[in-house]
Amino acid sequence: MIKDDYSTSLLDVRGITKSFAGARALAGVSLDVRAGEVHCVLGQNGAGKSTLIKVLSGAHQPDEGTILWNGEEVAITSPVAALKLGIATMYQELDVVDGLTIAENIFLGHEDATGGMLHVASMNREARALLARLGHRELSPSAEVGSLSAANKQIVSMARALSHDIKLIIMDEPSAVLDAGEVTKLFTVIRELTSQGIAVIYISHRLEEIREIGDRITVIKDGSSMASGLLVPETSTPEVIKLMTGRAVDSIFPQRTALPDDAPVVLTVDSLELRGLFSGLNFEVRAGEIVGLAGLVGSGRSEILETVYGARRSTGGRVSIRGRALRRGSVDAAVAAGIGMSPEERKSQGLILDEPIFRNITLSSFARFAKAGWLDERAERDVAREQIEALDLRPAEPDRIARTLSGGNQQKILLARWLVHGTDLLLLDEPTRGVDVGARAEIYALIRRLADAGTAILLVSSEIEEVLGLSDRVLVIADGAVVSSAAAADITEQDVLDLVMKGAAA
Amino acid sequence: MSDSRATTETTSLPARLLGGTRDYLGGSAGRNIGLVLALVVLIVVGGIVAGDRFINLENGLIILRLASVSAVVAVGMTFVITSGGIDLSIGSILGLASVVATIAPVQIAASQVGWWLMAVVALGVGAVAGLVNGAVIAYGKVVPFIATLAMLVAARGVAELVSGKKTLVVDGVFVNGLSVHTGLVEFFRGSPLGISWLVWFAIIVSVAGWLLLNRTTFGRRTVAIGGNPEAARLAGIKVKRHTVYLYVLSGVSAGIAAIMLVGRTTAGSSTNGTLYELDAIAAVVVGGTLLIGGRGTITGTILGVLIFSILLNIFTQINVSNSIQDVSKGLIIIAAVLLQQRLAVRRNNVKPKL
Repeated sequence: MIKDDYSTSLLDVRGITKSFAGARALAGVSLDVRAGEVHCVLGQNGAGKSTLIKVLSGAHQPDEGTILWNGEEVAITSPVAALKLGIATMYQELDVVDGLTIAENIFLGHEDATGGMLHVASMNREARALLARLGHRELSPSAEVGSLSAANKQIVSMARALSHDIKLIIMDEPSAVLDAGEVTKLFTVIRELTSQGIAVIYISHRLEEIREIGDRITVIKDGSSMASGLLVPETSTPEVIKLMTGRAVDSIFPQRTALPDDAPVVLTVDSLELRGLFSGLNFEVRAGEIVGLAGLVGSGRSEILETVYGARRSTGGRVSIRGRALRRGSVDAAVAAGIGMSPEERKSQGLILDEPIFRNITLSSFARFAKAGWLDERAERDVAREQIEALDLRPAEPDRIARTLSGGNQQKILLARWLVHGTDLLLLDEPTRGVDVGARAEIYALIRRLADAGTAILLVSSEIEEVLGLSDRVLVIADGAVVSSAAAADITEQDVLDLVMKGAAA
Repeated sequence: MSDSRATTETTSLPARLLGGTRDYLGGSAGRNIGLVLALVVLIVVGGIVAGDRFINLENGLIILRLASVSAVVAVGMTFVITSGGIDLSIGSILGLASVVATIAPVQIAASQVGWWLMAVVALGVGAVAGLVNGAVIAYGKVVPFIATLAMLVAARGVAELVSGKKTLVVDGVFVNGLSVHTGLVEFFRGSPLGISWLVWFAIIVSVAGWLLLNRTTFGRRTVAIGGNPEAARLAGIKVKRHTVYLYVLSGVSAGIAAIMLVGRTTAGSSTNGTLYELDAIAAVVVGGTLLIGGRGTITGTILGVLIFSILLNIFTQINVSNSIQDVSKGLIIIAAVLLQQRLAVRRNNVKPKL
């Protein structure tokens, strides 16, 4: 919680600007951070959050503006200089070394050694003390980091920051790699840090988290701070969204449409089994219906999708499309039968990042545009351009390399891919991971439009709110079985959590 | 991307000297222009140090003739590397194909129906060896490096067994005291429009390879698998089957090279093609194809082959020892790859991710 002495700021950033090769990344950002507070920085993709982090962590030098640290003007010339001041940064892709132990990671670069000989015992002791300070006594300093979960790797990263006598930790979307339970633990650690007077700059897309952990908010749009230091309890969510996107939104989820009684069953899953993960799975998805799978990470929900798609080979049971059973463990059979999938890891499983947008859009259908094996790139570009326009994909350049796009636009490429291919059933795994609030509403609207056009949709998301808001029907998965099936309108977030926990405890 | 945070903002001196052209040099056309530039510099240097012995039409044709076999092998290698794989066995496959195509029964049969039979045999041997490579890699899930390393060793062994470690001279087989006549050697002595058939073969293979990589679904699949095999698989591309095709293609190109080499040297031998795989990889990488896959350029590969061939010719003209030739080759490979990396980093830095 915020301390009462509002008089001095720990960090005071005024009018920072930064350009790269003529492109303005920051056009005037100001914010002040006080000791012991959680200061949330919000903004859509491309708003300039990453550049701001890099300026504060010493990786970039600002063109203009001043940075005051404890009231004194400073220049943060390098990441080492930032650490010396007391600013540590926890990046999204954690910079821990998998092959080293927890203690070795914590003291990486400032090992306790005499003449090159490491003092292992004393480092382990200090590491244990740091882990205890973060409330994670159960982690052994001599454990190898590669064996830890993403959540525990974050703890190691934080312990490393603490080993430097840190006053401020910048956390870049720390919750992106965590599930609900782990996020709760992360918040406990953050509260522990702030109670010791350490300030946290917290970057996240998830507004609900900010409401829970944040003290104040700074919103960045197009490289400028739109509002700085708003108190969280006094700021409504629509207000924040409006500041971020520049437009007002009522509800982020689209209106549900009633499913006609005669809507045909598209997907039938019959006693599907993947040994060790789930078994005896039965459910159906009808044309035009959005069915959401809710469950904890590790409950097998992503694996269910992958097994339906044939990306994993089932060990029993059957998957049928419109009554016809699919060959087991064959993605190309699934695609030929009219299934499409937008995978969980968009970058590593979905896109060819160094290829242009249009080739990513036609990745499942380029052969159809070809004549006797000869590509027709003009036809591909034309159809890609149609999709780009229909989905408002930006930048609207078919030849732009996919890597340079924001998460939301990359997601649109995947949707466009299956729109071009034409699918009866679309499997969506975390369709809005890493997608900012404004673009989320667009993706939701798109998914609903697809369903309205008759596509059956099976959705997996770690955000229960998303599953409930977007789906027509929700299946709750616990311990590899469907423990509940209900209309999304009739079930609350608490119900889902109770069901999930009961299943996990049983 | 987060890795950009590791890259410092300092601009090196060469980068500043390149100035506005660096954006251009980063592109694929730019890379080829860089190679052409290197080629021109090499020719000028050659003219200065070796004079008329280097700069004359006949020497130019000799260079092309010697480069032609490497070029064919390197085109096949370009496909494999673009898909993210590697084929260490093409030199051995070349040797094996040259031997099988020149054993007595094949030569005798070829003397009846024509030398093309020997070519078909060489291509067939290449295809079968490539099929084995591809199947072991795609369905046996053995990494390409190991699978083709095994083939490198094994195919050479089979070639020695088949040939009895003897040089199998074309038209050197005697039936009833008369030597058979296949017509192969005469064919490859021919030079339509003053250019050797060997060079024509290389040109045809290169053009066909360029079209296949850049204009067909086969090429698109190759690039897609190299760029992101998991995404390709989840998009419904039959990745395993295509992988097999790629190694068959590489084997067939070694088969074509084999018949060309037999035509040039007038003999099949189990030692034919030794270390050709390394020359091919060097040319492909210097040409700008990414060793990790996802980007391939046939034009670059051909320019890479020419650079090495011209260098070799100049060194021979001025009597530089083989050892120094090899050292220079090594240096060129490193210099080319370093330059590529610099240009790639720079290209990514021009448009920073916000």
